[in-house]
Amino acid sequence: MDENRQSPDLSLVHDLPVHGLPVHDNGSAMRIEAGEAAPDMVFLPRPTTLVELFAGARDMSAIGFALAQVPRHGSVLWVQDRMSSLEAGYPHGRAITRFGGNPAQLIHVGARNCADALWTMEEGLRCRSLSCVIGEIWGDPRALDFTATKRLAMRAEQQGTPAFLIRFGAAANLSAARQRWRIASLPSVPHPYDDRAPGPPCWQAELFRARGLKPGTWMVHYDRTAHRLDFSAAIPDPAVVEAQRHRSSSGG
Amino acid sequence: MVLAREGRHGPVVHDASRTAYALGVRQGARVTDMRALFPALRVEPANEQADAADIAELTHWCRRWCPWVQADTHTDGAHGLLLDVTGSGHLFGGEPVMAGDIVTAFAALGLTARVALAPTIGSAWALARHGHTGQSVCPAADVAAALSPLGVAALRLDADTTTLLARLGLKTVAALMAVPRAALIRRFRQASAPSANPVLRLDQALGTVPEPLVAAERRLRARSMRKLAEPIADVEPVAHVLADLLDDLCGQLAERDLGARRLRLAGYRLDGGVSAVEVATSRASRDAGHLKRLFEGRLETLDPGSGFEVMTLEATGRQDLPAAQQNLAGNVDEELALSCLIDRLVARLGNGAVRKALLQGSHIPERAEVFVPASVSISGPVSSMILPDAIPAACTSSLSREEAMPLRLLFPAEDVEVLHAVPEGPPARFRWRRQNHIVVRSQGPGRIAPEWWREKSSARLRDYYRVEDKEGRRFWLYREGLPDDGRGGAPRWFIHGLDA
Repeated sequence: MDENRQSPDLSLVHDLPVHGLPVHDNGSAMRIEAGEAAPDMVFLPRPTTLVELFAGARDMSAIGFALAQVPRHGSVLWVQDRMSSLEAGYPHGRAITRFGGNPAQLIHVGARNCADALWTMEEGLRCRSLSCVIGEIWGDPRALDFTATKRLAMRAEQQGTPAFLIRFGAAANLSAARQRWRIASLPSVPHPYDDRAPGPPCWQAELFRARGLKPGTWMVHYDRTAHRLDFSAAIPDPAVVEAQRHRSSSGG
Repeated sequence: MVLAREGRHGPVVHDASRTAYALGVRQGARVTDMRALFPALRVEPANEQADAADIAELTHWCRRWCPWVQADTHTDGAHGLLLDVTGSGHLFGGEPVMAGDIVTAFAALGLTARVALAPTIGSAWALARHGHTGQSVCPAADVAAALSPLGVAALRLDADTTTLLARLGLKTVAALMAVPRAALIRRFRQASAPSANPVLRLDQALGTVPEPLVAAERRLRARSMRKLAEPIADVEPVAHVLADLLDDLCGQLAERDLGARRLRLAGYRLDGGVSAVEVATSRASRDAGHLKRLFEGRLETLDPGSGFEVMTLEATGRQDLPAAQQNLAGNVDEELALSCLIDRLVARLGNGAVRKALLQGSHIPERAEVFVPASVSISGPVSSMILPDAIPAACTSSLSREEAMPLRLLFPAEDVEVLHAVPEGPPARFRWRRQNHIVVRSQGPGRIAPEWWREKSSARLRDYYRVEDKEGRRFWLYREGLPDDGRGGAPRWFIHGLDA
């Protein structure tokens, strides 16, 4: 790795996944073609519906996963119930710029409880001028039942606004969300300049229930320049890993 | 009888009845002195605020004679009304008749009015207060002649200047006019207040220096009211009444190109009590549908008791709102939709719950970005604010400052126990909220020095580390201080943020 530090190989950062193709923006084709012609093809349109993301209590990977899918322009309504802001902190506007967001267009709502948070999300989805609604609910409150998620999903679809419901430390109960993901952090990609520093993040995304999509597990990176998620196989092909290692060591 | 107010050394005479004046009571004299002279004197406390309020009310009432009325505040304790009746005299049959009408109308209110009509504010003031007759009309040509016999106090001068002029032997306006102008200007060149400058006052009275009359703007209330045939106590009929009231009020606002910022719905109960509920908007609005939704869920807080018999809705806060054109698709613009959303959220969740990020010029993370209520429009020193539009362009480089910021901030930062290899190095493992994290990778320190111009001298610097634990979760830790910085004991560690 010492040679690597002397002449950093920048191609490593974005060039990692050989398996899997980028998430495309055109919303027409909504399918996963897995196990077909050579690479896995993942067409994931930008959601215009309710997406539920499950994450561990101290794991912010779901936030990154959601922000990567938020349209770049437009206002974002960010709702937190009291517990999630106490346990997992407040969103930080300046960091959102990393995901192409604009802190000036962030509206943060601190709801007292889950019912208020859900009401706020629904009001937000009724408003045409929001580009995205993000809600955070801690645990499994009683107010968040099938009916509540169904209402959110239908409102989101009616308005064509993406809505992300982030569930910290929650069990995947009955829900009407059109996509349900379980997101977890993975050890990050090596930093291009410093092998002891955390590099660009890497997440494991498990789609365990979805309408029109085939469930599966992927390793996900965020491609900042294109503002998209790069999906690759969760367990990479040993040959690919070997090729990468070879390339990175020979690059020095 | 006299009215007393608190002076510097005990109560002084604020004003007195005509009989008292005739006996020799003077304004500003001490009440104790006057009592000594006239033991039968009856003293009542003066209520100056109520006087001022009454004058303000009369200002509006006097619009019956002309549209421009100003409450006279040139001298302390001397209340008067200034009316610009230019061109309105003929409506009452000429100016003398009008003056008579004014006296009669005030007499009907139980007030004695001294009326003078003159070409300038200064001359009318002088003639009304110091002229011989109760009412007089002074043509433009006679101003100098009419003013000449009056004392210098008639020129709206303060007591000190009047005394000074009297010592100089100038007791009447005529005497003052006889003094060479250049000499007077030189003598009073230091005078800053108009009431201390006899030259200016004389010019104003004679009309050589213009003095505009500033009429108080009449602020009409925007209010609608319903008297109910039957008292109502339920929420549902109240909502119906509210819809009616809103239609009325929005019509009134539209006529005057106004929009409501605050609304107050009040119900007057049968037992005489009043119960009210208020809502606010983040942007002026006269959209009845939107305003009605703001009251949703708030009507329950009204306490009808035995029932409301009258309900009123008043726009307590208003702003100019010119009529806006809809766009071609017939929709209102996006910004308006957003402000409507904020209004609805604030109405239910409270003002403090709906916030937006405000970037400020600081390196301390919790100070660099603060959350402010979204309903207030930010108006602050622009120099201390980073323009938000400039940020996304700046952060395209992967080594920018935003790269190092975590997605989440804990507020306040929480204590962590840390094990480290070297005292000034990165943590090897840490314990936060009773859970251990083994640090696999770390980056740092990123040092942020204390803001000495804001904080105490004992404030310690912060060394920030981005760390990643075994499972790939990222945290933002900082060590407060250095082991040998002499600002307290061993440095403490805090967790300040979480990252994706």
